[in-house]
Amino acid sequence: MLLNKSPRIGIALIGIALAILPFLIGMSFGNAWIRMLDFALLYIMLALGLNIVVGFAGLLDLGYIAFYAVGAYIYALLASPHFGLHWPLWAILPVGALVAGVFGMLLGAPTLRLRGDYLAIVTLGFGEIIRIFLNNLNAPVNITNGPKGIAGIDPLAKSIEIFGYQLHSLYLIYYLFVALAVLIIVVTLRLENSRLGRAWVAIREDEIAAKACGINTRNVKLLAFALGASFGGVAGGLFAGFQQFVSPESFGLFESIMVLCMVVLGGMGNIPGVILGAVVLTVLPELFRHWAGPMQVALFGQTYIDPESMRLLLFGIALILVMRFRPMGLLPSARRKAELVEHA
Amino acid sequence: MTVLLSATNIAKYFGGIRALKDVSLTIKAGEIYGLIGPNGAGKTTFFNVITGLYPRDGGDIVFDGRPLHVDSPHEVTKAGIARTFQNIRLFAEMSALENVMVGRHLRSKGSVLGAVLRTPAVRAEEAAIKAKAMDLLAYVGIAAKAEVRAASLSYGDQRRLEIARALATEPKLLALDEPAAGMNATETAALRALIEKVRADGTSVLLIEHDVKLIMGLCDRVAVLDYGEKIAEDVPAVVQKDPRVVSAYLGVPYEQ
Repeated sequence: MLLNKSPRIGIALIGIALAILPFLIGMSFGNAWIRMLDFALLYIMLALGLNIVVGFAGLLDLGYIAFYAVGAYIYALLASPHFGLHWPLWAILPVGALVAGVFGMLLGAPTLRLRGDYLAIVTLGFGEIIRIFLNNLNAPVNITNGPKGIAGIDPLAKSIEIFGYQLHSLYLIYYLFVALAVLIIVVTLRLENSRLGRAWVAIREDEIAAKACGINTRNVKLLAFALGASFGGVAGGLFAGFQQFVSPESFGLFESIMVLCMVVLGGMGNIPGVILGAVVLTVLPELFRHWAGPMQVALFGQTYIDPESMRLLLFGIALILVMRFRPMGLLPSARRKAELVEHA
Repeated sequence: MTVLLSATNIAKYFGGIRALKDVSLTIKAGEIYGLIGPNGAGKTTFFNVITGLYPRDGGDIVFDGRPLHVDSPHEVTKAGIARTFQNIRLFAEMSALENVMVGRHLRSKGSVLGAVLRTPAVRAEEAAIKAKAMDLLAYVGIAAKAEVRAASLSYGDQRRLEIARALATEPKLLALDEPAAGMNATETAALRALIEKVRADGTSVLLIEHDVKLIMGLCDRVAVLDYGEKIAEDVPAVVQKDPRVVSAYLGVPYEQ
């Protein structure tokens, strides 16, 4: 299909904006904010992966972070002094995606008959099992280095010099993440408008009717789990290379819930919504952390509430407000929006 | 006429309750076959057994010359039996068109990789799915509502949409579970015309219905279930006068 003129210009403008964004932010706020931008991109990838399972197929998954953990540890094991392996990034990411996808099927297979609350509990348990395994796989053979985690992981990129100008590695990582996030967005968009995407939504809407329409619900659900998990695996690998350190602590239940919040708050099943949710929930808490302290000092002369604890409080309030006033998310999918209008 | 479906000694238990006791019946190709009986007689249970929704506890089903493996509903649909549901089961949040497009799932084969790469073959298949779905919407007479959300359609249109979705799987046998329930006289007449059209176009129809007038006017043959047993099977005029059928419906003693 040929794009007509205006979307092409739109895409070009977005491309230019994404290309210069880190320089604008870096020059006005410093490198810490570019780091945050990189995290926002990671969370976009994660949230889009979870959106396949929760948003499209309607399978509530509370253990999604396990796949992020699998991807992160694959990277950590294949590119660190821990085993003395130093694979290149492009070789690790497919392996991470594949292994995470297999884990996705491992979770999916026993839960095929479960829905809703029951599925949520099993997936929650699965997420914890993975974390506990990572925590304890340092004996008798040291695989994961236990709670100490794996340090000294190969960086994703090193700072380079272009025309005498020092370009910080954060910028290069930013471009890598943008490229992969765009790839994942395109893949999800295409899946959504495909035979498989329709089958997922059909299962979400009415599983028995979906079966009667000739959909092999077992295979289609397993595909949702596997594809969602593989996105998580890719994001996990990037996370490990970005932080250059992984430990089981990073993959707790709270992280799973955080990603789920991004999907729900942005608008379940709607790709722009999920992207917005990921950005908002990454950026807002950081904004609070940076401004809550100075703002209190400016207003009251001293800090009454620790910005760190206020961050979670405001996060909670924001979630409640969104669910109260926009129960279908900030950008609901067209389908769910129609329902909202009708019931209003 | 060749036999399309032959069910022999179908049995189904729910715990200690025998919902179906050795029910045998045959449906011929090109036939509109009615299944009637008082409430709780086992009509829908029989439906669910032959469409694979319930595992059966005994009996054999031969469909289109081959034994029917009813382990999973999608296999049954693949073999050529499509169904609608007594309490309409549409994909409520999808448009009417998308509902029918889902019905094409079985008769299309676009893979994950194809979808991601959007290959010419996949694009052509998508276009074909959409065109076929539009045709089917027109066939059942709701083409103008293609973009309407299924849940927003009127009751009669929802019934039609369910039939269109079932037809999208290209069935040899279309099984309709009380399609006229809750319809007014006009809607029922239109439904009757639609069912006749489906048969005329080569698809056999199995019909569960309470509307006796519709059954008697439409069906070539009728089977009557009562307490999970088949008590009669013949052309409507004969079944109507069968004393066991009369007693099952009206409670008149069999020995008069």
